[in-house]
Amino acid sequence: MIGVALRGLAGRKLRALLTAVSIVLGVAMISGTYVLTDTIKAAFGTVFNEVYKNTDAVITGKSAIGGRANNGITPPSLPESLLGRVRGLPGVAVAEGGVADEAKLVDRNNKVISSGGAPNLAFSVDPKGDQRFNPLVKTSGRWPSGSSEIAIDTKTASEKHFAIGDTIGVLTRGPLKEFRIVGLVKFGGRVSSLGGATLAIFDLPTAQRIFHKQGKLDSIGIAARSGVSPAELVSQVRPLLPATAQVRTGAAEAKQAAKDTNGFLNILEYFLLAFGFVALFVGAFVIANTLGITIAQRMRELATLRTLGATRRQVYWSVVLEAFVIGVIASVIGLFLGLALAKLLNALFVAFGIDLPQVGTVFATRTVIVALVVGVFVTLIAAIRPAIRATRVEPIAAVREGALLPPSRFARFGPYIAVVVIGAALGLMLIGLFVSGLSTKLRLLSLGVGALAVFIGVAMLAPTLVPPVARVLGWPATRLGGAAGMLARGNSIRNPSRTASTASALMIGLTLVTLVSVLAAGIKTTFADSVNKLFSADYALTSQNGFTPTSIASESALRGLPGVEVVSGVRAGEGEAFGHRIGVTAVEPDVTTVVDVKWLAGSVQTPAQLGQNGAFVAKAYAKSHNLEAGSPIYLKTPTGTTLELKLLGIFDPPKGGSPFGEVTISAKRFDREYANPQNLFAFVKTSSGVTDATTAQLKRALARFPDAKIQTRSQFINTQERGINLLLKLLYVLLSLSIVISLFGIVNTLVLTVFERTREIGMLRAVGMTRRQVRNMIRHEAIITALLGAALGIPVGIVLALMVGKAINYPAFTIPWTTLIVFVVAAIIAGLVAAIFPARRAGRLNVLQALQYE
Amino acid sequence: MAVIEEGAPAPAQQGVVVQANDVTRRYGEGETAVDALRGISLDVDAGQLVAVMGPSGSGKSTLMHILAGLDKPTSGNVTIAGEEITTLPDAKLTRLRRRHIGFVFQFFNLLPMLTAEENIVLPLSIASEKAEPRWLEELLHDTGLTDRRKHRPSELSGGQQQRVAIARALVSRPTILFADEPTGNLDSKTGGEILDLLRHSVTTYGQTTVMVTHEARAAAIADRILFLADGLIVQELRSTTAAHVLEVMSSLGS
Repeated sequence: MIGVALRGLAGRKLRALLTAVSIVLGVAMISGTYVLTDTIKAAFGTVFNEVYKNTDAVITGKSAIGGRANNGITPPSLPESLLGRVRGLPGVAVAEGGVADEAKLVDRNNKVISSGGAPNLAFSVDPKGDQRFNPLVKTSGRWPSGSSEIAIDTKTASEKHFAIGDTIGVLTRGPLKEFRIVGLVKFGGRVSSLGGATLAIFDLPTAQRIFHKQGKLDSIGIAARSGVSPAELVSQVRPLLPATAQVRTGAAEAKQAAKDTNGFLNILEYFLLAFGFVALFVGAFVIANTLGITIAQRMRELATLRTLGATRRQVYWSVVLEAFVIGVIASVIGLFLGLALAKLLNALFVAFGIDLPQVGTVFATRTVIVALVVGVFVTLIAAIRPAIRATRVEPIAAVREGALLPPSRFARFGPYIAVVVIGAALGLMLIGLFVSGLSTKLRLLSLGVGALAVFIGVAMLAPTLVPPVARVLGWPATRLGGAAGMLARGNSIRNPSRTASTASALMIGLTLVTLVSVLAAGIKTTFADSVNKLFSADYALTSQNGFTPTSIASESALRGLPGVEVVSGVRAGEGEAFGHRIGVTAVEPDVTTVVDVKWLAGSVQTPAQLGQNGAFVAKAYAKSHNLEAGSPIYLKTPTGTTLELKLLGIFDPPKGGSPFGEVTISAKRFDREYANPQNLFAFVKTSSGVTDATTAQLKRALARFPDAKIQTRSQFINTQERGINLLLKLLYVLLSLSIVISLFGIVNTLVLTVFERTREIGMLRAVGMTRRQVRNMIRHEAIITALLGAALGIPVGIVLALMVGKAINYPAFTIPWTTLIVFVVAAIIAGLVAAIFPARRAGRLNVLQALQYE
Repeated sequence: MAVIEEGAPAPAQQGVVVQANDVTRRYGEGETAVDALRGISLDVDAGQLVAVMGPSGSGKSTLMHILAGLDKPTSGNVTIAGEEITTLPDAKLTRLRRRHIGFVFQFFNLLPMLTAEENIVLPLSIASEKAEPRWLEELLHDTGLTDRRKHRPSELSGGQQQRVAIARALVSRPTILFADEPTGNLDSKTGGEILDLLRHSVTTYGQTTVMVTHEARAAAIADRILFLADGLIVQELRSTTAAHVLEVMSSLGS
């Protein structure tokens, strides 16, 4: 019997292949995700190990907030005097201090060299000192020495055509400065690429000067005297440290650094895996449907086996075994396809602005195990229902012409069960969305399971919906396609459950893209709305990408220009208040002339009256912490200072978001407390409003700040929306995988249906239907199925968006009609694409053979 | 076709191997109900070839389906090898099929991906048994398939395919072989060869066989011929000629 199952599989290669495709793609996504993130993690690990290779212990700054790992907060610098005291310790052989910061390199077109959001790293070296702590190696030239010299990384040099002896523009705290390139460097060891990161190397005094870190260091590397263990060294160093510094062994520091980056990479991993699982879920639908049709077509064969003495159990296991083999083969193919997909995903991320370092591809055992187990498991689950149906084939079907598979025992309760499932699913989702006090894990679990159950429920209901809906959706086909269209509509209705499950696979992808697009539309409209309400300036000054903070020096470059009335910057930083990490912003006294908010407590004068200790907050923050005018707020900064603030104002931000963080203080105080104050944005008001001449004048004034961008209100809105659009596109691309899989589902169904209707098609051809009409008939059927997918998916997506929107207090619910129409058109095109192969097969059928077919 | 006496097994069973008692079968309900069988009783003795004849709609196929346990009677009962099958649950019925029943179908019902030999031993494979090599060789020889054993059904003629099907039905030496219009899908020359083969298996191996047919020529090879009309056995003949069968048929008004 096992032999029969395997031989049967071998005899139906095309079907097996069609079934496998959906699993191959889903598994490839999972394996590709692991390969990509493992590779990036290994790259970071290699970088950090290289950095701390010869370091027995390292002292770094420690942020007073955000826990041990600093969590992305730039830690405070160390006092340089610490170095001397460390050198005096008995266990210390060598100790060197360095500065690390960010420096943007500027290319010959006065554009900041940056790719993929990767960091623009800056380090100091001591050209005459001990290079043992230096992770970089020179590829040519020498180490920089003196206030006008720089070394840059080899990759940037070759890509942007810089050579030793050239000058290059560098942006640090202030306006553009020029340096002469005296050396080219790269990371040592096995690090092949740093992604889009750039390197700028200065000698220590220069670095301290340009980063405003005179008398400060960011790290001290220590080598122990022989016989002193790193742990011993650490315990010797520890008593010397101030509260804002920490010491770790080199190995521990490398590990900690890798752990910090892994946190981000794990999020990326889960994010991508989620798409892999969605793809597999869709794949499961496709497999279940394809196997189901195959079973229906093999009825006589199965019945014959039963007359020859095969038990139901044997029939069941033969179907499961077939699925198992398909699952294994598809998963293995998917696993290796994942290696290629990892490259593609990386290219995708680079294209979307996330460029990450790489070393040799990492293909972990875990990747192999997870990909195979998940792929096979999903296939087996999908095979259960078809296998059970196969056992329902009665032996008598061996002698009956055109016997039909008996309906499932529960078939007539189908719609009722479906409604119950949908209700339970929505209930689960509502619990996940609205019940307070659930852990994140539980919340995500109930949302995930709820969403899956919604899809399953709708798919169960679909057979009931198909006939009436297909009649409507097929109407254009009957008008456009004549007889072919009429037959297509009839065909799509005659086996509603088959059409329904084919359409359901497509529904899943369309639901998700609809959900995403509706939510995004909500953000965009309210965001634009808020900006229009808030923005009473003429221009906004941001960084080129619109979200990374810029040097406050660019702001001063605009002050005092003729016609410029107000330039007001909004600083941004991190802090801790009421035990939570919060965003802190700071404003200049004249901010209310450029940003218009409604004051519930205090007034438009409040920002001007903040002084050293005043603060204002948004309505929601005041409410959740029971604050009113006069309440004290204790704000802890990364350096550990606690600011005792007094609440002077409460404002009511528009729905689309607040321009300020949780707590806002005066720029004057902020600049005193925060080491490297930067503007999130600055607003400019001119006497003549927005004119070409003013714009040109502002741009000229910013020539020394290539990172700064001056924009009008609508340009500002566009720049800010670009981030959302980019994320939206990324989500669309990733979701398209599950849509592609569902298209294979349509192809499968049509190919199998054409096969099943061979005789019928032969008859149609015999009575005068042309090849073209046959092909059109298949095409219309595909389009009707695709439209059914859209008719199910888009409303479900809108309902889910409504629910999610309500749960997260979403500012507005906007249905993006244009986008949804685009989805429908895309579904039609997708249907046409899916029909190409089956339509060709149907058109090519030989009339005579088709009629003789038995 | 060569007749080999030696090695031919004795009939598997003695006496009555299939028995039907007052079997009726009604399809549908109420006004549109159709009575396909209206009370049929019969015994099939071991080693006999029984032909069931009748015009279409006479109920001959229904009778065979019920005798073979493929369909359930509305009333009455059927025993095979002494076992009452009409009330048997599926699992037991399946076991009974393995041991006692062989089938030959009008449309051959071979598995297209298996070779002739694999198709033949399929009932044994399903029961996790091995074919006795001598018995298999003899079957292949008798059915003239010795040099076709590695061919797939698509590479065989219709007659050859039906011979594979007959060998498949014989391989497990069933108590009873049911043949459902075995020549219905073949030309007359090939059909004749198939009838010879069936007769040979009854004579040589003592294979008890029930054959449903509407061809007089087919019925003529039988030891016993039952004529069905409107769901009842209307006449019975012992071994006779095709001409006589035709006479009876026309007298029954078909």
